[in-house]
Amino acid sequence: MEDRLILRVGAKILIPFILMFALYVQFHGDYGPGGGFQAGLIFASAFILYALIFGLDTAKRVLPLGFVWFCGALGVWIFAGVGVVTLVMGGEFLNYDVLAHEPEHGQELGILLVELGVLTTVFGVMVAMFYAFAGRRQVR
Amino acid sequence: MTAHLPVLQVIIPLLAAPLCALARRGRIAWGIALATSWTTFWIAIQLLARVRSEGPISYALGGWAAPVGIEYRIDLLSAFVLVIVTGIGAVVTPYALKSVEREIEAAKIPLFYAAFVLCLTGLLGITVTGDVFNVFVFLEISSLSAYALIGLGQDRRALTAAFQYLIMGSIGATFIVIGIGMMYVMTGSLNMADLSVLLAELGPNRTIVVAFGFLTVGISLKLALFPLHLWLPNAYTYAPSTVTAFIAATATKVAVYMLLRFFFTIFGVVFSFDVMQLDRVLLPLALIAIVTMSLVAIFQTNVKRMLAYSSVAQIGYMILGISLASVTGLTGGILHLFNHALIKGSLFMAMGCVMYRVGSVEIDAMRGLGKKMPWTMAAFVAGGLSLIGVPLTVGFISKWYLILGALERGWWPVAALILAASLMAVVYIWRVVEVAYFQEGPGEDSSIVEAPLALLIPTWVLVFANFYFGIDATFTTEVAGAAARSLMGLVP
Repeated sequence: MEDRLILRVGAKILIPFILMFALYVQFHGDYGPGGGFQAGLIFASAFILYALIFGLDTAKRVLPLGFVWFCGALGVWIFAGVGVVTLVMGGEFLNYDVLAHEPEHGQELGILLVELGVLTTVFGVMVAMFYAFAGRRQVR
Repeated sequence: MTAHLPVLQVIIPLLAAPLCALARRGRIAWGIALATSWTTFWIAIQLLARVRSEGPISYALGGWAAPVGIEYRIDLLSAFVLVIVTGIGAVVTPYALKSVEREIEAAKIPLFYAAFVLCLTGLLGITVTGDVFNVFVFLEISSLSAYALIGLGQDRRALTAAFQYLIMGSIGATFIVIGIGMMYVMTGSLNMADLSVLLAELGPNRTIVVAFGFLTVGISLKLALFPLHLWLPNAYTYAPSTVTAFIAATATKVAVYMLLRFFFTIFGVVFSFDVMQLDRVLLPLALIAIVTMSLVAIFQTNVKRMLAYSSVAQIGYMILGISLASVTGLTGGILHLFNHALIKGSLFMAMGCVMYRVGSVEIDAMRGLGKKMPWTMAAFVAGGLSLIGVPLTVGFISKWYLILGALERGWWPVAALILAASLMAVVYIWRVVEVAYFQEGPGEDSSIVEAPLALLIPTWVLVFANFYFGIDATFTTEVAGAAARSLMGLVP
């Protein structure tokens, strides 16, 4: 797609907005439809679009496979780590009440962090899956 | 921290899985998996001790109380199954190091351990939880990782075997979630204890009857009950040796645990056996499984496949115990969960030793192995004796209870069939023994020597357990008996 000017410019314009929209879906998840899973998919789709337009190799330079793997693992640790922190702070696993001075604040903080974990893992795994399928032909 | 043991049982392997996946070297991932499996085993023992002294443990996840939030609930049966699964995990993981290095390419080894630990997470989660939807989630975790583990086998046929299992397993999981959904529609609850109360109030309603049907078929697929067992022989045959030993000893056991949970705890004995007459379906299938699968096992040329068919027959024994719907029968069924895990674990691990040195588990490849690998073949013979049910082995204990249960009901033919199938086990075990001990090997191949100690010691730990719990069965029979009584609703 090196020579498709409209696609290249269009993608460059769109990608920042896709990333922003992902973050909107993530942080607005408490009040409206959305949350970590959807946000993770949208976030990943920006990079998948980039890889489709600019090629897999360029995409892998921007977002190395090792980093993508790391994200997939990190998200699980963020999610379960919040749970372990609540354990250490004296609550049950994932009882966000203990995270802040007031239970309501704790709940908000907890759900935000947990959803961030979901976003990270879903983003990492989606891009890793795309890389795995897209890279198949090159092996031959 | 001890109050949090129920959730730590699941969280520790869940946290270990990403670490394994990120580890650069296979040995590091193995170290993480080893630490995990031993920790979970320790937790399971603590939990069983606590349940035995203080009664069932309930844990509210996120601090949300039971019917609304997810409850982790551990009673005697689940604690017993936890000990089985983690115990096998704790023995198989040290064994895995050498076997996996031989059978799986180095780059994939960290991922292998990640999937292995995830599979453990799923199996433990199913056992710990008191929430039916949570059961489904953990079932998917354990199944998906099991498909990946099986697909890693050396033989390319491992991929088709894994795919076959994927299709059948997904159908089973779908049926289970449909059943759960129907129960939720009728009661508005997902909590097991809550469901059992609400379903009893509701009485036999058509939706519930259909849900019962879906759950029966779904779980039967997962535990490879006779006509739904077709995925099992290929999966066990082509999976890496470690995986076969682990999955054969744990995955179907946990599926049987699910069966017990759904039919005894949630639907209740009266609904399952008096209204739905589940025993009329399960008993014939169990008997057919015992006889035909033992017969099929006799004619296999691949020893792993032979043991796989034998597993389907052994699952028949467990289901037979359940379908007797009496305390003795149920005790026998639950005992056989534990005992069969020991038996098949040790047999498949002995086959892993053969695979390590010989590179094949075809029966022809075993000629003369009795002399070349004396300890490995001795382990196989000991495990085989236990499978047959010779006194002083665990196999004897569970068959004893099953026969007692059948005689209590006055079902002489059933007792006779159990004995006849034991004789068939003699035949298929003897075929291997004969080839290994009484036929000369094809010339002197000096590369075939005894398996390394790293493989032999875990194998012999399980063989030793076969005899230990066969001679002193007080612990297992006490726990299984108490679990059976509480399932039948006799004592809390």
